[in-house]
This record gives sequence, C-alpha cells and structure tokens, in this order.
Amino acid sequence: MRVQTPQDLQNLRRQCLAEQEKFPKRVLVCCGPGCLANGAAKIVEEFRRLLKKKRIKDFSVKALKETGCHGLCQQGPLVVIEPRGIFYTKVKVKHVEEIIERSIRNDEIVTDLLYTDPKTNRTIESYADIDFYSRQHRIALRNLGKISQYSIRDYITRDGYQALAKALTIMTPDQVIEEVTTSGLRGRGGAGFSTGRKWATCRKAEEQPHYVICNGDEGDPGAFMDRAIMEGDPHSVLEGMIICAFAVGSQDGYIYVREEYPLAVQNLQLAVDQANEYGFLGENILGTNFSFNIKISRGGGAFVCGESSALMKSVAGQVGEPRAKYVRSVLKGLFDKPTVLNNVESFANVPVVISEGGKQFATVGTSKSTGTKAFSLVGKVCNTGLIEVPMGTTLREIIYDIGGGIHNDRPFKAVQTGGPSGGCLPESKLDLPVDFDTLTEAGSMMGSGGMIVLDDHTCVVDLAKYFLSFLVEESCGKCIPCREGLYQLHRLAVNISEGTATEEDLEKMEKLSEMIVIGSLCGLGKSGPNPFLSTIRYFRDEYLAHIRDKHCPAGVCRELIRYEVIPEKCDGCMACISTCVVEAITGKKGEPHIIDQDKCDKCGACYAVCNRDAIKVI
Amino acid sequence: MNQDLRKLPKIIDHYPRKAESLIAVLQDIQKEYHYLPSEALKQTATALDVPLSKVLSVSTFYNAFSLYPRGERVIRICVGTTCHIRGARQIQEQLENRLNIKAGQTTPDLKYTLEVVNCVGACAMAPVVIVNGKYYGSVKVSDVKKLLRRG
Repeated sequence: MRVQTPQDLQNLRRQCLAEQEKFPKRVLVCCGPGCLANGAAKIVEEFRRLLKKKRIKDFSVKALKETGCHGLCQQGPLVVIEPRGIFYTKVKVKHVEEIIERSIRNDEIVTDLLYTDPKTNRTIESYADIDFYSRQHRIALRNLGKISQYSIRDYITRDGYQALAKALTIMTPDQVIEEVTTSGLRGRGGAGFSTGRKWATCRKAEEQPHYVICNGDEGDPGAFMDRAIMEGDPHSVLEGMIICAFAVGSQDGYIYVREEYPLAVQNLQLAVDQANEYGFLGENILGTNFSFNIKISRGGGAFVCGESSALMKSVAGQVGEPRAKYVRSVLKGLFDKPTVLNNVESFANVPVVISEGGKQFATVGTSKSTGTKAFSLVGKVCNTGLIEVPMGTTLREIIYDIGGGIHNDRPFKAVQTGGPSGGCLPESKLDLPVDFDTLTEAGSMMGSGGMIVLDDHTCVVDLAKYFLSFLVEESCGKCIPCREGLYQLHRLAVNISEGTATEEDLEKMEKLSEMIVIGSLCGLGKSGPNPFLSTIRYFRDEYLAHIRDKHCPAGVCRELIRYEVIPEKCDGCMACISTCVVEAITGKKGEPHIIDQDKCDKCGACYAVCNRDAIKVI
Repeated sequence: MNQDLRKLPKIIDHYPRKAESLIAVLQDIQKEYHYLPSEALKQTATALDVPLSKVLSVSTFYNAFSLYPRGERVIRICVGTTCHIRGARQIQEQLENRLNIKAGQTTPDLKYTLEVVNCVGACAMAPVVIVNGKYYGSVKVSDVKKLLRRG
C-alpha cells in the first residue's frame, strides 16, 4: 500500500489514530540499550505471555509496545502505562503480573515501583513530573519512548512524514534549503557546520549524481544518542534524509552504522523496508516524480571512519583513511561526487524544522546555536541516561538539576565532553552555557554529545592516558605527526602516571601537541592532543603531584598507590581473598586480613568488592 | 584447510560483484565463521576482482575482523570512557587472569575469546560486558566468576 497524496497520508494518520484510540491503554516497555542490559527483553516476553493468557477487556495485546530509550537508564528497566503516563522503575519479571492486574485491568497504581524523588522522598506517578524529564526539551528525541520502535504506523500517529509531504508538495527544493538555513540548524555530529549552507552547496554542484549520507558511526566512547535514535525512532532519520535528498537533488542515500550497533542496523533496515512499502521511499514518492533509495552500510569498527572522507571511503568498501580536504566532501565526496553528509541527530531535527518552520525552530536555544542538543549523561552522576536540552543550558543545570548531582555525594571534579577529541572542564566552568562556541573557547568541545561526569576518584592523568591510548590505536597511520606524535605523547603520559617523568617532559608534551595539531590532516589528529591539553590547562597541579611528589591524588595510578586493610573495619568475610587472583591477601574467616605488598599487583579488585570500606588506598 | 567453506559462494553472491561490496562480504564471512579463513580471503579477492593485498589491508584495518579462529564464547569488555572510569580495567584483568589469556586472544581449547571494544553505547549501565551478544550491565569484579560460569 503506497501513499499517493498528502490527503492519503492524512487519511492514513486518522486511521492509525483511530486504531490506537480504540484501546486507549498502552504498555510501553523501554528496550533501549540500558534497559536491555538490565533484562527488558524478558519483561516484554512475560507481558506478552500473561496478556495473551488473561485476555483483558478493552485491552489489545497490540498495545504492548517495545520502545526506544526512554531516557532515565539509571532506573531501568522502565515500563510506562499510557495514557496516564504512569512510570514504573526497576521493573522485574516478577512484577509484571501485578502491573497487569492493577494498572491494566484496573486503574490502580503499584506504588512500590514508582520513582522516588531523592530530594523530597515522595513518590511521583508520571514521568512528566520528574525533574529529570520536566527540565528537558525534546526535539530530536521527540518520539523516543513514546512509540514502538518497529512501527511506521506509530510514527505516523506522531505526525510522521507530514513534513515530507509538505516539502514535496507545497515547497520547492530552494525553499526547503531556505527554511533549514533560517532555522540555524548546525551539524550535531560535533563540527557545528551550518546544515542549510551545506545543502545549498551540494544543490548548486554541477556534477551528478548527488548523494546523501547519514553518519551513524557514533565512535566517541561515552556517547549513545545516535544509537538511541536509530534504534528507537528510525523513521525520523529517514524522513530527514528524504527531505534532504529532495532539496539537494539526490536519488541515492546511505546510512553508515557502526557494526557495534546490531540492533540499530536491524531497526533501520526494517524502517527502510516499511518506508518503501508505504511509498515514502522508492520511485515516485507520495505520487510525485521524486525518487530516492536508501542503503544501509555497516561500518567495520574504526573510529576514524566517523570523519567524512574516511567514512565515504569505507562506504565504497575501502580502508577508511581520510584525505586532505582542499576540495570539501560536499563537492567531491562518495565516489568523488557531491555528497551531503549529516549526523543522525541533525537529520532527526529536519522534519521539525520543516513542519514548524525555521523561524519557530530558531526561537529555542541561543542566537548562534539554535535548537536543542541531545547528550548521553553518564559517569559518576546520579541519573545516568539520555537527555535533550535547549542550547545555552548551563553545565550545572544539566549535571545537578537533571542529573541529580554526583553519585554517592562525592565532590564534583570535572565533566568530559566531546569524546577523545574534546576535553575536561572543571568546577569553575560549571556555569558556562552549553553551545558550540562557548565550549570550544573553554578548551573542550560539544562534540557529538557524550557528557561524562567525573568525581574525585577519577585521575585526570589516567584519563588523558586512556584517551591517548585510544587515539594511538585508532589513528589510521597516514600522517606521521598523528601516528608517531600521539604515540610519544601517550608514552610520556604513561611515565607521568608511573612517577618517572620530569617537569621538562610536560614542556615537551606541550610542544609536541602543537606540532601534532599543525601536521595532521583530519580531525582525529588535529584534536588528538586535546585530552592532554585540556587537562593540563585546568589540572596542572594534579600532573605536578604525580611528577614531584610521586603521588596520585585520586588514588588511581597504580605505580603510585598501595592498598591496605583497615583492621578495625575488616570483619574477615574473605570476599577480597577469593577475588584476589595473585593471592596477595591472607587471613582467616572472622579475622582481619592482610595484603602482602610484594605480591599485590594493585588491580583494586579487593577495594571494589569490600562491602565494609575496610580497604584504603594510600 | 579444516574449515568447511561450502557456504562461501552464497555469501559472496549475496552482493554485487564489485570492489564496493568488499566490507559487506567480509562482514558476512566473519559472521558465519567468526573469523576470516585465509582461503575465504583468496576466494573473495578473486570473486570481487580486488587484489588479495587490498583484501588483507581491509581485513586488518577494521576492528570487526579477526584473522584467527575465535572461541565458542566471545566475551567482549566495553572499555569506553564511562566503563573505564567505572572500573572496566579491573574487570578486564580479572577475566584475563581467570582465563589465562590477554584481551584479543582465545583460549587454546577454543572455548573463550576475550576482546575489548571501544564503547557499545550502553554507557548508562557501565561497566558493560557482552557474552555472545548478551549484555550485562553494572558488572562488578565479584560478578566475573558468575559470568564465566553462566557464559
């Protein structure tokens, strides 16, 4: 059944809504990455089994939906009962029957499963009233957690493909580009380039054909916004891409997804098939003479392939090495043809820009960074999860008001944004508004949206070492300053963490960093020294403590610490003894244990398993 | 050659016979055999008309490919940033010590392969370990024994 006209689409939407309203009660089980890791699949299975068996009046098993990431992963697995929006947290298989009996068959609430506000200690019924959600503004994530991740019909009930119909039937390609330019939308992958300008350049390019690529190679460790969108609301990405293809005059598109996201590949493929079936992809879309096809290209697990020219090589089946961009990829991209490459989140924003108009879109956010930005808020923060806030929101609001502050009430140390190419910002920068330009000025960057909160137990030298080792491994090796320079930078960072470096080494590292930035072709090399540069900028004292005092203040760098048992606290439970693989701990049950420092390899396993805080780091 | 490569022609024929298909073909071979047997690389090179050196270059460039047979159970430890600061290294060492292999290696009896992966996008549940595709979140050092028994 292919939708032929905008009127058809309206009728289809009404039909889908009527289907939904026939059985107003819906059970939405979050099947995002976090909830799946906590057993959401088994909960869905149990719901399905019991609902089929029980045959509840005025309820259809079809109203059981597997949704994309709802957001508050920390409290997962999550189950939402609509239309009331009852929000059940930490649901286990054993709770399913009670939920069905009380909240589906009847209109009651299982209070034990509600979210408890840590500030007031009161339970909250609907997710909309929880600080974590009420302070967000969702555009790119508008459908996540609200619709089945497998259903195009659910997407249509949420005004899906209306923007496409508007673009194709009452707008010209130039008007679409004009609208996107007016919106001020900038690339959400991190570079922040104007989407409208990119599209306009591609449209004007004489060489044919033109290609559209969606960059789903979310390689930044600590970021999962794009994964969540591709899995949970794939049609919003497709709709954005199709509108783009219409605007720039393209007939072929690719979505490049990293192979570590098998579920994203599966859901996108399903969405592409559905869109073809309904006539939003393929020949003569919505009865017009515009045609467009999308292929899914799986990445091979190489970080550098997030870079545009490397990604395009990878789509063409080659090794993903970036090229010098004297000619930009928008003019000479895939197969050397003009190509628009946008990030997943950018495309997910496009339908909203077209539906509401660019002016309306630009009312959210700041004047130079319009709209919102999705972040994965993770690390040592209470409410880990997926969030979206207007540009210009301060780091403090994000971490404390939405994130609920630092886990276990530890002191805040820094927030790391922008992945390996980004940087760490200390407490003094917490009131900075988050937008493209401010974060870059402060020495970090917004990046694709990973936001990792660090407490006093995180060592910045260790973190810099970690990122550098990541980059050494992921450097494609083409530019020597990147390949060898990062290697040396990493080696020196290791020396610092082992207490064998001198203060001159810090100077060497700063000089070397400068050289790497100048001498590398692509973003990986150019921003490669950032993990070092941004931490030395704000945490020089911590580096000096490692060098001068041979001391790691966070208690992380192995060569500079030792673990000891506090005899007064140790109750001799033997948990640490059975965990210690080098057999460095001895002692009898019920008596304080002892760590043999000569045998101990300082892996910290004993510290991690001790329930009585009886092991200290010195 | 002790691998049964009968399925290989079918895998190759699933894609257009051009250089562009190389990565997709290799991914499917990897999925079927859990590694890239050398004979399969040779046949792929011939079928797609790509020099064997190019095929090898692509196979070693991307992390998704392995040139060595892998174990029955593949344990992947996420070492993304969030997992790192939440103790992934300790989990990794605990697994390495218990299995007596390093990350990237396979036990001699071909039972276990241990791998590290740069972020699987389940950061909110860090640290994460994946055993044969199944995710385990908030893994503690003391869970490792259980994980091995189960997986």
